[in-house]
Formats: sequence, structure tokens, C-alpha cells
Amino acid sequence: MVVNSVHWFRKGLRLHDNPALQEALNGADTVRCVYILDPWFAGSVNVGVNRWRFLLESLEDLDTSLRKLNSRLFVVRGQPTDVFPRLFKEWNVTRLTFEYDSEPYGKERDAAIIKMAQEYGVDTVVRNTHTLYNPDRIIEMNNHSPPLTFKRFQAIVNRLELPRKPLPTITQEQMARCHTQISDNHDDRYGVPSLEELGFRTQGDSSHVWKGGETEALERLNKHLDRKAWVANFERPRITAQSLFASPTGLSPYLRFGCLSCRVFYYNLRELYMKLRRRSSPPLSLFGQLLWREFFYTAGTNNPNFDRMEGNPICVQIPWDHNPEALAKWAEGRTGFPWIDAIMTQLRQEGWIHHLARHAVACFLTRGDLWISWESGMKVFEELLLDADWSVNAGSWMWLSCSAFFQQFFHCYCPVGFGRRTDPSGDYIRRYIPKLKDYPNRYIYEPWNAPESVQKAANCIVGVDYPKPMINHAESSRLNIERMKQVYQQLSHYRGLSLLASVPTIQEEAEPPMSDDSQASSSTTGQPSSPTPTGSTPPNSEPSTPNTSPTDGAPGAHAQRKRVRPSGFPSKQKSKVKHTIEAKGVEQKTDEKQ
Amino acid sequence: MPFYVDEESWNKMKRGRSKCQSFTPSEGRKKRHRSVAPPYVQTGSSASQKLTEETWGNLPHHVVLHIFQHLSLVDRARASSVCRRWNDVFHIPDLWRKFEFELNQPATSYLRSTHPDLIQQIIKRHAQHLQYVSFKVDSCTESAEAACDILSQLVNCTIKTLGLISTARPSFMDVSQSHFVSALTVVFVNSKSLSSIKIDDTPVDDPSLKVLVANNSDTLKLLKMSSCPHVSPAGILCVADQCHGLRELALNYHLLSDELLLALSSEKHVHLEHLRIDVVSENPGQTQFHTIKKSSWDALIRHSPQVNIVMYFFLYEEEFEPFFREETPVTHLYFGRAVSKDMLGRIGLNCPRLVELVVCANGLEPLDEELIRIAERCKSLTAIGLGECEVTCSGFMEFVKMCGGRLNQLSIMEEVLIPDNTYNIEQIHSEVSKQLGRIWFPDMMPTW
Repeated sequence: MVVNSVHWFRKGLRLHDNPALQEALNGADTVRCVYILDPWFAGSVNVGVNRWRFLLESLEDLDTSLRKLNSRLFVVRGQPTDVFPRLFKEWNVTRLTFEYDSEPYGKERDAAIIKMAQEYGVDTVVRNTHTLYNPDRIIEMNNHSPPLTFKRFQAIVNRLELPRKPLPTITQEQMARCHTQISDNHDDRYGVPSLEELGFRTQGDSSHVWKGGETEALERLNKHLDRKAWVANFERPRITAQSLFASPTGLSPYLRFGCLSCRVFYYNLRELYMKLRRRSSPPLSLFGQLLWREFFYTAGTNNPNFDRMEGNPICVQIPWDHNPEALAKWAEGRTGFPWIDAIMTQLRQEGWIHHLARHAVACFLTRGDLWISWESGMKVFEELLLDADWSVNAGSWMWLSCSAFFQQFFHCYCPVGFGRRTDPSGDYIRRYIPKLKDYPNRYIYEPWNAPESVQKAANCIVGVDYPKPMINHAESSRLNIERMKQVYQQLSHYRGLSLLASVPTIQEEAEPPMSDDSQASSSTTGQPSSPTPTGSTPPNSEPSTPNTSPTDGAPGAHAQRKRVRPSGFPSKQKSKVKHTIEAKGVEQKTDEKQ
Repeated sequence: MPFYVDEESWNKMKRGRSKCQSFTPSEGRKKRHRSVAPPYVQTGSSASQKLTEETWGNLPHHVVLHIFQHLSLVDRARASSVCRRWNDVFHIPDLWRKFEFELNQPATSYLRSTHPDLIQQIIKRHAQHLQYVSFKVDSCTESAEAACDILSQLVNCTIKTLGLISTARPSFMDVSQSHFVSALTVVFVNSKSLSSIKIDDTPVDDPSLKVLVANNSDTLKLLKMSSCPHVSPAGILCVADQCHGLRELALNYHLLSDELLLALSSEKHVHLEHLRIDVVSENPGQTQFHTIKKSSWDALIRHSPQVNIVMYFFLYEEEFEPFFREETPVTHLYFGRAVSKDMLGRIGLNCPRLVELVVCANGLEPLDEELIRIAERCKSLTAIGLGECEVTCSGFMEFVKMCGGRLNQLSIMEEVLIPDNTYNIEQIHSEVSKQLGRIWFPDMMPTW
């Protein structure tokens, strides 16, 4: 029987370690490598030019590599559900292969395609390679729920066998066995489109920093490993001013688009470590960045609402402000805080910012200063950030805004002091906000405090040439800490876990406390708050001794004169929490605490 | 789901569901999934299988009431449309003692508002039952104004606790002062037994506090008014002088005076339990902070030996000069910005009552010696959060060893622990866990 394969590229834009592509080649008579400009990507207005450029460059690179193997990449315009029936018929396809996509949207799309392929008598072969581990396997190991703390996740990973070994790159011989005729008008029909074709004006921004493609990815991987070998230190690198700039050894966008296989990265790191450390087995911390990615993929895989607050069972409901004007100032780097504005400018110009910089701007937008929903920030990152994976982007935003994963909320990054400690001379700011380049170091993080003479000498008057700070940080952080406290005090399953939330107040001689269940039911109506007596914390949020029942907070139980904190987590409360994902998270946390 | 509470639609719904009397136990069980009913309801339902007349509609009032108390308002309203008896229970005063008005505008908030019809119902039918009232408003001025409009109508009331809560930016500050003050004083004048008032971030002023004192001096126990710029030290002093039952007070540092502390420590005054002080500066270098005499603090502690003194600092490093020069009986300290070594050193020297310390960030040097001194001298310290304060691993270990198991809360970011020759991060995790007697990890942030 004739086997005509189609390999469908989505992420995983590479020829090395590509098991699904290997499956396509395996015993096939013809193979066509296809990329469909998917509506999720193409139709979305929410993808910026840098991401498009990176994608197109990656496709160009893939096409170039395939040419060397006497093959080509077929870029098909359209929607997968429209495109495939046509291709199946036209090419007489019998086998379709692609990389597994664990994200809810992708799973839904792929299920539809698999069903359609079945109807056309096409076999589908799917292989998981975008993550080191199969997220479902981790969930299974964690009693059928995703781990909600990173420590828990690491503990599970520790029990797992090593990720599968990567496969070699596709060879000319393999390709020769399933040689496919390329038509003369291939470039017209299936060529990689240009940015102009997609409606972007590209003049004047030729100096982009991140070049897409597998070739670049592998070069960077070598540099990355060389540097690690040279430093011979596998501790987390100390963060310096230099860390803030795009590095020629940065890999995150390449992992995002699958130009680099995470398994290749993993095994290269592992081998290097064992070579330099006399065969001792590497600690998990060596793979930090890779594991964080896995963590968020696992948390998101079965949660279609992972990227929003409402209807998202792991997300704390926080009464964020709607404030389009303030959001725009943040997104466009017009906050008046040079540290924040420089980061947002770098993000817009280059598509990448250091993770500390991500923390800084995410905190500023959400719980730190502007009190705007993390969802808005996530969308801006989705547009601009080259390495913004759906799961990782949403998960990180929830993390940084203290909306999930059991965070301490007391700590918020100062938009002046945080940057100054990382880069005291302000070179980073001078690079991205040239207007401020002549400010002395002392004022570069807070130009509004510079005397007028200094502002004049620097040729940049605050309020004229550069905006005044859009918010009083001290005041807004004071308010926001209170808001976070309000929110967290109503979360019974966070009881005793957070600093500040348990700072005492007198109890009201009030009503019986609302039960956890009624709180849960009120939150399903989109109202996170429970009706509680005012003037103080809800009675049942008072830290009580572990052995008293929650109802002891009722009439007459006045202020505990001496504050008694629960040591660890009161075990009694376990029986109270409902079997929601949150509740499981609590138990995890409890396990870790004990 | 739409939620209507005007009587007309209730009646319509009732007519539409006249079969409610035969509400079956199986349906009831389904309901219980969402809301926990006390165990004896279950016996009731099995009993009803024997005594056929007994149906859900015939449950005694007090049983339905008990169930209703466990339901959210929305569920209660839905249940009330089941039958006449349940509807009667819906209106029992007991269920209206506490109410939270939520006022939001679609343009500024993701949250829903309390339905206007329900608000009207409450004012008409249940105002006299309200005792514990709070208002949650979003950042829009209209929401705060709507809250004031409701306040002005709470005339025939005996409110005990009142809370005005801004869930985002403080919008009460945008309401005209006269509108706000007149609305607030309606409650002060009409409810004669207010015990708890939480009005942070509002334009409350001295005259309105005078009205409060004139009407509620015997009952007032709690007053929270952080960041109320229209109140003067004299205004709050008048409250402390007259309201001898005051047990908890929250205010900004500029209102704190020696006189106030002495008034709170007078013989007639009950013991103060909680004092919360926010120290905020508008512009660096422009605010001169006064100092509080040691003798005033001493008087307070003599009178109220158990008092919690909670201080929140949002200052620049150079503004800390006047603080903690002498012994200060603070128990909970929170620093929202970077703190210098010098300042933290003074805390170790002069805060013997310290229970909880939260420092978000340090200046440019590690804080080893300062922490060790705090461990040595602050014997009651049980909770510490160090955020992104840089400490060497050895210094941190030393601190933990000295405090040992009494640290119920210990929080520091992994990335600020500086590994040294003695300890790396892995060893810190196991050593600290050993000292605390429980598994402990530093806080992490995603490397993303």
C-alpha cells in the first residue's frame, strides 16, 4: 500500500529531535511538511510584529534546511479544518503526523482534526515533545490533580524516570526514500510569506535582536553550553546589570517555537554537568527554567479558563480595577517610572525581557501599583513577548499577581529601588529611554525628584519631555497591600499561610461565621466577597488555635489577647475544605509544611 | 444568572411553580450539594417519607432559617421563591442583621453590584433590622456616591458596625466632602449604639467625629480611619478622650500624639488591644516626622500591657531618622520599601516586644548582623518576612538557629540568599527545616 505522509508543523519548528516527523518518514512513499497559518495565530490581532518575524524566520530556516534534503516546506494559507480535507484529497494522504499540544485550545483543535482525518481514512500519529514530560502523567502521579506548588511539582518530577532521549536530526537518506515532487510554482503556492504580505510595515526596524529558526537555536545552544562550561558553576547566576540586556545565549523564544528541543537542552545540560562534576547526578535546580515551563504546562492542560480569573478554579478572585488609560500608559512605557518604562520599551522593541524585569512590570501593573487585572498584562505580553507560551504566560501572571499558587503577597517590588539595586548606574535606562541619558545616576530612577537645574542640564524636564510618575508608589502600595489583605482574609484555605493577613484585630460580637461553603457559592456568582460583618476581619479568618473549631469565633469570643498562631496548618480544617482544586492545593501545601 | 428580588417577580415565580409543596426529598438532596444543611435535616427528610403530610414546604421556620443562614444571598433569594413559607423566612429579621452592599460600575469593575431593587427592598423593609453593614465600592466616584445615598437613608436603624471599603482606588475621597459627611452623620446620629466603624481612605472630618462621640461614646470599640486627611490630631484626641470603651484604633502617624497615647491610657479608659499606625510620606524630604516620647509609650504599655502596636512604614530610607531612636513597644512592623542597615539595627536594639517583622527590601548591603541582633533581642519574634532582603546563607542560618522553633512564619526569596563557603541553597533548605522542625523552603519566583 502506498503511504503518503503529511507532517503538520505548529510549534516544534525543527528537524532535530522530532519524533512525529520521524513517524511521517517511516516507510512512507511521499512526505510533505506543512505549516498552516492557523487562525489562532494569523487571525489574532494580538500578535506583534516581532513574534510574526520570529515565526516567519523560523519557517524560512525550516524551508532552507528541507531544501538541503531535496524537500520543501509547504506553507498553506487557511484554517486547518478547511485546509486538511483539500490536502487529503489532492495529495492522497494516508498518514498525518504532528507534535502533541497539551493546551486546552490545541487539544480541542487537534481532536477535531483527528476525527476529520479518520473520516478520510488518514492515520494520525501524535508525539509529545514540546515538554519534557507528559503533563497528564504528572497529574496522574499527583492523585489526578495538577500540582499547585512548584515544590510539589519538583517532588513528582523526582519520582519520574528521566525524559525520553532526543532523536537525531532528519537525514538526507531518510528524506530520499520518500522523495516528493515539488511543483514549479511551489514558491507562489506554498512559499513562506513576508511580513509585508501579512500587512506589517517593516522599514526602519531591521536591527532586530532575536533571529528565529532552528539554525540560530542550535548555535545559541552551543554558546550557552560553552559559557556554562567556562564558568563551571551551575549555581543560579547572580543577576547583574548585564543580565537585563538580550543575551546571545538566551534560548527561551527558541523553546517557545520549538526551534530547540527541550529534551536536547535538557540532556546537553545534564551531560555537561556530569562531565565537569565527575559523573555526579545533577540537581533539579540545574533545569530550573525548563521545569518552570513544565510546571505551568501541567497546571494549564486541563483548565480551559487558565488564562482568566472568572471561572478559573485555581485563581483567587481579586476586585481589580478597569482602567484602560492607566493600562495604556503601562503598555506603552509612559508610566513616568524610568525602570518600568525602560522594560516596557525593551519588550516592545526586542520581544524579550529578563525574568526579574517581568516580575517588576507585572507587580507594578497588578498588586503593586496600578491594581489592574493580570489578564490585561498577560494579553500585552502575548502580543509582544517572543517566548509567551499560553500556559507559561498565564501561569506566570497569576503567580506574579499573587492570584494562584499560594504566594506570600506582602512583598512587592519597588519601581525605584528594585531596578537601582540591579543596575545602580542606570545604563539600562539610558539605553531604552535616551531622553534620560544625561541624568545623573542619583536621579535616573526618580527624575521627578531632581532639582529643576539638574533637569534643565539634562535637557529633559519632567512633565514636559518625560512624564511625571503616574502614581504615588508609597500611597498605592499602602492601599494595595490592604486590598490584598482583604482578599486573602476571606480565603479560608489560605488561613495561617500568609504574613500580614493574620495581623490581629478585635473580633466583632457578631453573627455566626459564614461557612466556607457559602463563601464558595457566593464566589461562583462572580462575587469573591462573602457577606461578613464589617469593621474587622471576618470572624473565621482570625488566626485561632489549631484545636478550636472555626465556630468558636462566634459571639462572645472576643479578642484573643495573645495572638496564637497555628503551627503549620491546622489539620482540623482539612475536613472543612471542599474537594476543589484549591482544596487539593491546600493539602499539598500542608504536606510540604509538615 | 439574572437576579430579581422585587416582590412582583417573586409572586410570578411562585405562581409559575405552584407544585412547590411537593418538593421532593431527592430534589432536596441535590440542593444540599451546594449548601450544607445541618445533619438533622436529613432525618427530617427520611421522616417525611413516613409522615406523608410533612413536606419540604412544611419544615418548621427555625429549621428553614437555620438552612438559610448557611446560604448566600443569591441562593436564599432563589430558595425563597420555592413557596410562601420559605418566602416568609426570607424576610425574617435575623437574616437581615448583616448586609454587604456592593456598588460597582460596569466600566470600572469586573464585579457585579447589589441589585437596585434589593437595595430598595432593604431600605423599605429591613432597615430597622440591619446591624452589621458594609459597603464595598469600586474605584468609580458614582459608586461611592451611591453608597452615600444609601447611608443617608439609613434612618430608623440600630447599626452596630459600619464599614466603608474601597476595593480598588479609594473613591470615597472623590465624593464631595459635604455629601460624604452628611451621609455618615445620618448613621452616627440615628444609630445610637455603634461599636465598630471602619472608614479608611474617606473624607471624614473633625466635626463628624464630634457627632460620633456625641451619640456613640458609650458603645464605640473600634475605629479604623487610616488615611483620612481631613481629621486633625485634635479630632482624634476628642474621640480618645470621650470613648472610654475604645479597644482598637487605626490611624496615620501624623494623628498620633503624646496626648493621644495618654488619653488612651487614662484610668477611665479600658485596655487598648490594637493600635495600628500607618507612616506614609507624600514627598521625600518634605515631611518632617515628629517623635513620640518614650514616657507616652510607657504610659500606654503600663495601662494596656497586652496591646498590639502595628506599624506600617512606606517611607524613603532617609525619612526613618526619627523612628526607633528610643525603646518603642511596637509588636508588628511592616516596611513597604527598602530599609537601611542602620534602621534595622535600631529595631534590634529598641523593639523588645516585636512579634512580626516584614521587610520588603534592603539597601545595598546584606543584613546579617542586624538580623542576628534582632534574633538575640526580640524574644517574642515569631514571624518574619524578608522578601528581597539580601542576607548571606550563613547569616540567615545563624538567625534561624537563634530563633529556632518559635518562628511560625519565615519567608525569604530564594534569589536573595547569598551562597557562601558554609552553605548553599540546598543545604539551607535542609538545615532550616531541621531547626524549625518542619519542611521549609525559600520563596520562589518563576524563571520565565
